[in-house]
Amino acid sequence: MNQRIAETFARLRSAPPRGLAAPEQRDGGQRCGLVAFVTAGDPDRARAGRILRAVDAGGADVIEVGVPFSDPLADGPIIQRASERALAAGMTLAATLDVIAEERRAVRAPIVLFTYANPLVRMGLTRFATRAAEAGVDGVLLVDVPLEEAAPFHDVLCAAGLDPICLVSPTTSDDRLRRSARSGRGFLYAISRFGVTGVRDQIAREAQALVRRIREQTTMPVAVGFGLSRPEHVSQVSRWADAAVVGSALVAEVAKHADSPALEARVTAFVRWLRNGNEPTA
Amino acid sequence: MANDTAVAATPGPVFAQRDPDERGYFGPFGGCFVPETLVAPIAELTEAYFRARQDLTFREELTRLLHDYAGRPTPLHEARRFSVDCGGARVVLKREDLAHTGAHKINNALGQALLATRMGKQRIVAETGAGQHGVATATVCALLGLQCEIYMGAEDMRRQALNVFRMELLGGSVHRVDAGSCTLKDAINEAMRDWVTHVHHTHYLLGSVLGPHPYPLMVREFQSVIGQEARAQCLARFGRLPDVVVACVGGGSNALGIFDAFIADSSVRLIGVEAGGDAISPGRHAARFAGGAPGVLQGTHTLVLQDANGNIEPTHSISAGLDYAAVGPEHAWLAAQGRAEYRYASDAEALDAFVTLGKREGILPALESAHALAAVRAIGRDLGREALVLVNLSGRGDKDVQSVERALAAHVHARQEAEA
Repeated sequence: MNQRIAETFARLRSAPPRGLAAPEQRDGGQRCGLVAFVTAGDPDRARAGRILRAVDAGGADVIEVGVPFSDPLADGPIIQRASERALAAGMTLAATLDVIAEERRAVRAPIVLFTYANPLVRMGLTRFATRAAEAGVDGVLLVDVPLEEAAPFHDVLCAAGLDPICLVSPTTSDDRLRRSARSGRGFLYAISRFGVTGVRDQIAREAQALVRRIREQTTMPVAVGFGLSRPEHVSQVSRWADAAVVGSALVAEVAKHADSPALEARVTAFVRWLRNGNEPTA
Repeated sequence: MANDTAVAATPGPVFAQRDPDERGYFGPFGGCFVPETLVAPIAELTEAYFRARQDLTFREELTRLLHDYAGRPTPLHEARRFSVDCGGARVVLKREDLAHTGAHKINNALGQALLATRMGKQRIVAETGAGQHGVATATVCALLGLQCEIYMGAEDMRRQALNVFRMELLGGSVHRVDAGSCTLKDAINEAMRDWVTHVHHTHYLLGSVLGPHPYPLMVREFQSVIGQEARAQCLARFGRLPDVVVACVGGGSNALGIFDAFIADSSVRLIGVEAGGDAISPGRHAARFAGGAPGVLQGTHTLVLQDANGNIEPTHSISAGLDYAAVGPEHAWLAAQGRAEYRYASDAEALDAFVTLGKREGILPALESAHALAAVRAIGRDLGREALVLVNLSGRGDKDVQSVERALAAHVHARQEAEA
């Protein structure tokens, strides 16, 4: 069990409510956490570390760092393009770990890698886990490794003190939810909808029903992601989940300001906006 | 009733003879590496497939369609004039190019579309490289009244423009994919994204022995009809088994389709031929056994062309159908066991074989199949006149005529430049 992730969710569950939503809309007075996703090395390697710090400064409770991969089949166009930009800029899994190692002391939030299996397989699972743990990674989310294939990955990650984060979706049966909660550590990542990552106007109806089913099976914290893009979504999710994941919307913000000297300030403001609902300012 | 007798006498595909383990592994290769949302639909598909293949009604319906609609059995043709180019070895061609739609792809498309209908799925998505699988899919969708969405890389749409129009004529919608190298791999990514978004009413009709379990098994079993027929035809015609069976390998469905019947015949050499492109260097070929390393791509653990960081390398082949970075997991396993051998033929060798077969036999092969023919010329020279070489002529070359014209013109141009 990774300490930083466990403490983060314990703090979220005990914290007084704040942010956009009125306190009476909340169950049990907890604050919803924000998991903020950025693609490592987008727009380039030089600013990768500064962007992590900017996300942290905006108040993200967990930072999800996407490892760029040539064939991101679970991702929609926004993160696909970010992955392409990062790869074109020479970003790799090894370089991602280097950036995290450089920034670990400066970044308060737990860091979770979001990755496809192949870069890890290529590096070697044990070598990866050792390097990731040394770099200060807290958890690893393997988007194309379902429970049936997870054992060799999870064993190595757990041995290195890294939390394997399990994904569950509206198609996941109750039995699988239980097994995911047993096999995973840290929190469960609930995929809110059918489809790939991206920006959507509304939270899918399936999301709340899924979280309700998860709650019946486990007390493990739940983060809801896929499609969430606005503070209203974050506060809506806060009524029934521990955290909301915003990915594509933040990645789009990075892309929009990639050429601006104020990139980091915009990222911080955007994350703060997601958390608090204040209008983003430069 | 005469027709029924003919159907009954035709060898059909074989099922449940050589299953992988229950998680879909052939030795260390295979498995099911998919996003969580696809796990339940794939479990549903696996269960439906395992039920269907035990169901006599399903098998009879499939065999009847293969016979009456696809035109099976396809003939075996002894290529006497081509054999002169192959050191005199007897070369026999399994004429999958004569199946309806012009390639072996129809065997699998019919099987999976029947299965989709049984599962109540009204919408089909598929990827296509050379366009033959897309055409076969659009064809069976028209036959069975299913909605058909085909994903195709922009580069492949350019070089296989004729097949794009054929798919549209058959009622399919062709979606252009501009990501990555704009070829088969990128079309598969996009088809999987579509599937994960529309899982409830959509079946993903994957065209090769690739992807997550149960696809490598299911596609091989639907294609196994090729080898069943060819083995019986060889025994009937020549009174013996072939010495060598040769097939091109992109994902590897036509190869496994013909190899399958001969796996237990230890005297029969099985040779798969990959695309050597214009050089065995990164990005210039698609020879996974020459330049690949174990990895996970698009649902399966197999040999993959990749860089040191685990990103998938671009591939190149003159033939769109072989232009893919991973090989079917069962091929990786057959190679690891030493049961099958894999070699490659270059663009130039394939082009030469394409032209030669046309002139010698009056058959224009698909550029994919021309890779197998190119290898046969070398194999035949090694084996000599006593050898009987069975080649899977997996498709016809009409779709490639324009590509070949361009390539030959470029070839002539390059030679003139060199001479000047």
